[in-house]
Amino acid sequence: MTTLTTTNGTTGTGPAQHTDTLGRAIRLGISRIGYELKVYARQGDSVFFTFLFPILMLSIFAVAFSGMGNLGAAPDGTGGISWAAYYLPGMIAAGMLLSGVQNLGVDIATEKGDGTLKRLGGSPLPVISYFIGKIGMVFLSAIVQAGLILLVARVGFNVELPTDPNKWLLFAWVFLLGVITSCVLGIALSALPRSGKSATAVVIPIVLLLQFISGVYLQFTMLPEWLQNFASVFPLKWMAQGMRAVFLPESFATLEQGGTWNLPWVAIIMGVWFVVGLLLTRMTFRWIRKDT
Amino acid sequence: MTNSDSVVSVTDLRKNYGGVTGLDGVTFDIRRGETFALLGPNGAGKSTTIEILEGYRDRTSGDASVLGIDPQRGGIDWKARIGIVLQSTGESGNVTVQEQLTHFAGYYPNPRDINEVIDAVGLREKAKTRIGKLSGGQRRRVDVALGIIGRPELLFLDEPTTGFDPEARRQFWTLIDGLKADGTSILLTTHYLDEAAHLADRAAVINGGRIVDMGTISEIGGAEARVPVVRWNDGSTKREQRTHEPAALVAHLRTDLGGEPDGLEVIRPSLEDIYLNLVGASRADALTTEAALA
Repeated sequence: MTTLTTTNGTTGTGPAQHTDTLGRAIRLGISRIGYELKVYARQGDSVFFTFLFPILMLSIFAVAFSGMGNLGAAPDGTGGISWAAYYLPGMIAAGMLLSGVQNLGVDIATEKGDGTLKRLGGSPLPVISYFIGKIGMVFLSAIVQAGLILLVARVGFNVELPTDPNKWLLFAWVFLLGVITSCVLGIALSALPRSGKSATAVVIPIVLLLQFISGVYLQFTMLPEWLQNFASVFPLKWMAQGMRAVFLPESFATLEQGGTWNLPWVAIIMGVWFVVGLLLTRMTFRWIRKDT
Repeated sequence: MTNSDSVVSVTDLRKNYGGVTGLDGVTFDIRRGETFALLGPNGAGKSTTIEILEGYRDRTSGDASVLGIDPQRGGIDWKARIGIVLQSTGESGNVTVQEQLTHFAGYYPNPRDINEVIDAVGLREKAKTRIGKLSGGQRRRVDVALGIIGRPELLFLDEPTTGFDPEARRQFWTLIDGLKADGTSILLTTHYLDEAAHLADRAAVINGGRIVDMGTISEIGGAEARVPVVRWNDGSTKREQRTHEPAALVAHLRTDLGGEPDGLEVIRPSLEDIYLNLVGASRADALTTEAALA
């Protein structure tokens, strides 16, 4: 070790010169996005379980059911869509949920447990910058993930993608609202595990259960009605429904509850969960648990 | 607020956890540019005190002021003026030393030069190594580097050299000497008495949530505690006597015994002896009080 030089030192000159401005918070938030992405990409397990998982599941389902003919085909075997095409919207919805809820729920609970948040809480990093970093990281990884799922579906399984710009507009708002809702719910959920070590044990079962009852792995209309109603309380069912409206033919709308895509409710339920997540985050998030 | 020259001012600080008393009326000041050590056994209240001053814990009662601000209400600007080295943390460490320091430097209005700090903590060869791959002592140096990157006016060091080998500890002392020369005020907690003796201008010994003594390192325990002790064996019994004139006592013994006293020692109490006496005495007091109350 060498000693530190005293050049350009302003030690002991009273209050710091900068002020706590929104501009500074946003600038630091953007620098957090790069930092978070770097840390995320270097964590092998979370990349696998949140980033690559839906791609893997799409491939498994597409291959497993490939011998069963098309869904919704005419009696003579023509028409309908492949199983890969049928599973595509569900996997995109699952990716949105995993990138937000599972990734942030586990990540922030772990950071709470291992002292990362305590260190940040003692530094002049605004809380809002921390959230900008997390949410930015989720958005960028979710966009790349959705792109990869679409690429694998198109190139690997020859799924026809929509050409109507209105469908892509629909995709954009369902995706944006879905991912931001997942983010705030993930942050809120991170308050639940009592330690960093228990984070995956608390978060993953919730996320997995939702995927099974929300029409991601199992055809939603196969489920008993009471379970459909129960699943309809949670946002994933509506994310998946919104994505089905983007990627499935119009004729499939009749398979939905009520026989329509019901897009207004897709927006309303996700919007309500976004507000709930935001309020829970506001109430529960602390840099550290004081006095434990 | 007592004194505009104080960077830390604490008056009758108390902290209860449930029904348990963690701090029982702690009062001290740290002057600007001073290095102040809090000494005490585990559970004495060192970390509770330092965490209240860092803004991590709320006090039950009493007054606290850090750089003129109540740490319970310290905002972003206040945090930019302090540096915190926590007790060891277990962060995943997926970034390199250089990446971590560069990122944290961005939080501060007037950070130190990153390369200078890396050199100062002796991690030049490890600058491009991920923090998770460093040894415990090296990670601790990263903690110290992060504590000083923002050029703090006041640095909190909570047991900074736990797990260091003797050489690393010496190097760390050199680093702290440099910070002191730079005018940084420092609040240090440590188990190592030699560390406090080397680094601190003043120290307080805390035990059972109370300060049992405070002063410069040469004053701690009082003059009486530094009186040399002469020990010898009188037949099978061990004898000892405190005296300001040990040579005279030894000469006297030699005459009395008619020869060389058996097992003769002349001991000047070290800081450690004085400290152990202080902590032991305050424990005995506490036991007596408890017995009286029972």
